[in-house]
Amino acid sequence: MWSELGLIRGAKFAAVLATSLTLAACASQQDNAAGMGGAGGAGAATPGSQQDFVVNVGDRVFFTVDSSDLTSEARSILDRQAVWLAKYPRYTVTVEGHADERGTREYNIALGARRSTSARDYLIARGVASTRLKTISYGKERPVAVCDAENCWNQNRRAVTVLNGTN
Amino acid sequence: MPSNVTIATDPAASPETRRARRGRRLRALALALLGLAAGLAGTFGASPPAAAQLKITVTPGAAFQPMPIAVPTFTGDPQLGAQVAQIVAQDLKTSGYFTVLDPASYLERSVGADVTPNFNNWRGINAQALVAGTVTHQGGQIVAQVRVWDVFGGSQLVGSQFATSPDNVRRLAHIVADAAYSQLTGFKGFFDSRVAFVDESGPKSNRVKKLAIMDWDGANVRYLTRGQELVLTPRFSPSSQQLAYMSYGAGDPKVFILNVASGARQLVGDFPSMTFSPRFSPDGGTLVFSMQKEGDANIFSMNLGGRAVQQLTSGASIDTSPSFSPDGSQIVFESDRGGTQQLYVMARGGGAARRISFGSGRYGTPVWSPDPDNPFIAFTKQEGGSFKIGVMKPDGTGERILTEGFHNEGPTWAPNGRYVMFFREEGGQSGLWLADVTGHVLTRVPTPAGASDPSWSPLTK
Repeated sequence: MWSELGLIRGAKFAAVLATSLTLAACASQQDNAAGMGGAGGAGAATPGSQQDFVVNVGDRVFFTVDSSDLTSEARSILDRQAVWLAKYPRYTVTVEGHADERGTREYNIALGARRSTSARDYLIARGVASTRLKTISYGKERPVAVCDAENCWNQNRRAVTVLNGTN
Repeated sequence: MPSNVTIATDPAASPETRRARRGRRLRALALALLGLAAGLAGTFGASPPAAAQLKITVTPGAAFQPMPIAVPTFTGDPQLGAQVAQIVAQDLKTSGYFTVLDPASYLERSVGADVTPNFNNWRGINAQALVAGTVTHQGGQIVAQVRVWDVFGGSQLVGSQFATSPDNVRRLAHIVADAAYSQLTGFKGFFDSRVAFVDESGPKSNRVKKLAIMDWDGANVRYLTRGQELVLTPRFSPSSQQLAYMSYGAGDPKVFILNVASGARQLVGDFPSMTFSPRFSPDGGTLVFSMQKEGDANIFSMNLGGRAVQQLTSGASIDTSPSFSPDGSQIVFESDRGGTQQLYVMARGGGAARRISFGSGRYGTPVWSPDPDNPFIAFTKQEGGSFKIGVMKPDGTGERILTEGFHNEGPTWAPNGRYVMFFREEGGQSGLWLADVTGHVLTRVPTPAGASDPSWSPLTK
């Protein structure tokens, strides 16, 4: 119970961080992911912690418009996630699928599910046990970047690997 | 004077049919509402209808001017008379088909149902129609008598009486407004109805969403959930007593059915994965919805009595937003099976589907009009960075865009099939809007905060 509460706080912290970075600059996805590492203080993260995962591995991958195909960049992040999850088998994870706001609500719910499935299937192919993985789609309901422009929307088309706690 | 024009867009219903239908509805309504003797409700003192009836014409494309009308304060109880007249005036004005003349220009402040008006007083300000009435307390009830006059023809168009309990004044006024609207347009009324929607508050990145219902005009808002759980896409049952919606409250997002009166809610089915996009059949006996399996969403139906489940679509695509035709025999839905979101129609039991949308852009969220005499399907269309609300015939012809802009989504039909309500996002806030099928009318619907996902009820029974 204690560790779960800690994880929830950590996840919120990460989301706030991502949002503030987006507002600060029109960073590219790659810059943003790297920026999160810098701002989070890579050295401070305890190995195997939620923060370690978010900061040093990268908890999210991004998609192009109306697509659930994994880019080469997305695959390399998921490769790192698979390695990290193999090292810390105590975690189960939920892969959250999200869509940007430029679509209709119900379609985007299904599109988010496609994205989470796509990321999950890749993790399974990289050796993560399917029993450790579940998926959920939030459609366009939980944007991390809020502006009426593509440099926000591309932050929201994402699959986020959320650590749930110990097996 | 438009007093001799006919309605081009409503050819199916004859005046006799409309009158009979309306009469049946109002009588049933009055009886159900009040439990009064039948003699109290219905038409009273009707004079023969004028040979050329005053009616407004609303035709797509053609020039359109709202009909100027006067709605002076009703006589009788001063407070009720003012309140009822104000609601009637607001209803008629919001319908977009009428301009309610400024009461400051009226030569008579109030006109009762017990007199023949001095028509010259109303001709002088160019009121085409006059809605006059009297509201009184009678034996624990509130009784409204209303007459609609053709000012230039000098004749009565409708004379009716309605009664209700004192806590139902707004509804009484909506029923009065429906009688006037129906007479002056030839369309069925729609003011005595409600809208379910999602109330939105908080920042866009962490929006709090609650199920709510209100009268169609934004009055009497009532919240059905408290905002702890994410809720989406409420849809009324044909009886208006239930809402099917999607909730994230039980971990996996699922479709639930909520009893509006009791607040009791029930999970629909026992499915291994996410269910969403629910819609009732016109007889209320079946719920259709999407179920996600891996990367694909297919449409299923469930018999709400026996709980038998049937899969209606299959394959590697996103099939969602199912909506029944008014006779319940067909279902329109959206699918990306051809590459992008497009509209398809299939039989209610599934099987072969035919694509009906062929314009440029993407088509989603189809909803079939409840009016069998004027078959239309409303939709959201995405094209060139713009989100539009439009209608087309069920065979895909006759596409007409009613409004477009940065983001318009999710139409729902008025009970009379003449309007759609939808939500529009501007500057990060969502609100409800109303457009009529001709594209002549576009009006904001008041809500207490942000609002999305409207579902319009049938006429209240």
